[in-house]
Amino acid sequence: MAAAISFSQVSKRYPGGYEALYGVSFSVEAGEMVFVTGHSGAGKSTLLKLIAAIERASSGTVLVGSQNVSALRRAAVPFLRRNLGLVFQDQKLLYDRSVFDNVMLPLMATGQAAREAARRARAALDKVGLLSREKANPVSLSGGEQQRLCIARAVVNRPAILLADEPSSSLDADSTREVMEIFRSFNQVGVTVLVATHDQAAVAQLSPRVIELRQGRMA
Amino acid sequence: MRRWLRHHAQSFAQTLRKLAASPVSSGLNVLVIAIALALPLGGYVLLANLQALLQGLPVDEQISVFFDPAAGRRDVQTVEQVLRSQPGVREVRFVSKDAALGRLRRTAQLEDIVAALKTNPLPDALIVTLAAGAPGALERITATARAQPLVNHVQGDADWARRLKAVLSLGRTGLMLLAGLLGVALVAVTFNTIRLQILTQREEIEVSRLVGATDEYIRGPFFYLGALQGLMGGLASLGIVATFLALLDGDVTTLAGLYGTVFRVSGLGWSDSAAFLLFGALLGWLGAFLSVSRHLHHSDPR
Repeated sequence: MAAAISFSQVSKRYPGGYEALYGVSFSVEAGEMVFVTGHSGAGKSTLLKLIAAIERASSGTVLVGSQNVSALRRAAVPFLRRNLGLVFQDQKLLYDRSVFDNVMLPLMATGQAAREAARRARAALDKVGLLSREKANPVSLSGGEQQRLCIARAVVNRPAILLADEPSSSLDADSTREVMEIFRSFNQVGVTVLVATHDQAAVAQLSPRVIELRQGRMA
Repeated sequence: MRRWLRHHAQSFAQTLRKLAASPVSSGLNVLVIAIALALPLGGYVLLANLQALLQGLPVDEQISVFFDPAAGRRDVQTVEQVLRSQPGVREVRFVSKDAALGRLRRTAQLEDIVAALKTNPLPDALIVTLAAGAPGALERITATARAQPLVNHVQGDADWARRLKAVLSLGRTGLMLLAGLLGVALVAVTFNTIRLQILTQREEIEVSRLVGATDEYIRGPFFYLGALQGLMGGLASLGIVATFLALLDGDVTTLAGLYGTVFRVSGLGWSDSAAFLLFGALLGWLGAFLSVSRHLHHSDPR
């Protein structure tokens, strides 16, 4: 199996000298489910951001598929991201539009025809159990529903890789269990899943391979 | 190709929705642009009208040489030979007193007065046209003509027309500078409106980029917004200038009537109007381009 994601000797130093990652090397096979754990500030978010080219590595190589993300041209970044589904720690939902329109955004942004896009958006909402709430404003959703909406938006373009940053940080135990089950079901149909979390209960539920970070280094 | 068309259709629809969502502020923006454009446009139309008025005037340097009524055909021919041999002279034309009277009768609608004359009061004349770009020729040849026998009066004809031309060209230069300045103002106004629009949509732009939207996709609606604003501003300023001209036209017709001539103020032609609208749209687009490019580069990852 080819590696979906591979890091070799990756370091990230932010302007100001703070070193978030240092000499990190690992690889994730296609179709694998991997959790990145560690205390807050250990570098989990930075690691995910390097994969999606939201941040650039200071040194080392980040490969996604066969693409070298650390040397990617600016114009190629959108096309890298179309292969990734991103669930953000701060969710980044848009509260000026409906649940349905939030899920439509990635489809519109990548130029899908309106009818096909609407069909796909409903399918994604159905998968996370939010189809009945498509006309609602995201504000009116519970914490767990909002997180599921984020997942629907992340997977609506059928990405090969799903990246989730602290998806259970604001959820109660039941909602966390639901969200983890959704990740498992995507992984079962072949999606590579990489989740950053400090939630041990979530890890215990799915028993995936775990990469532990301590102060920016692999433990 | 279909995807590209769809993207543009989507962008355009989005732009229209944005404009319709805030009609008052959109309208005010358009008004500011319209006023900024109306000043140079109005000036241009006025200048064009002045130029049309001056079209019939001689612009070549000419000297009219009038003879004493006692001068015969032979005397005139002698002077004609002398003037012809001068350097810087292009043409010497003889206008007999009869021909001059005939022309007066035809051109100025003075038939009654001319008919009342018992004798022809006009003198024979020579019209000397100078070659272009011969400095000092006017003065020299005027002096030579004055020195000839039986020459009563010598007059340099094109002096005032040249002065008027110089004033016009000064006006045109001033207008160009004004147009340039207000063009910059239009770009600045658009830059700012688009910047505000970007700020209100910052989150949408951020998320769109994170889910794989290209820069072109993000820019599209803003480009349309800028260009459309420029276009609508241009249309409104055409309206403003047309209204002003319509108001002026009545006065000008009355004034021209008092002088016994017919002159109507003409507006901007179709092709000029189209070029002007295109120019407005282009400036709006430029403002949007600068604004969006600046924003996208500022929010790039390091």
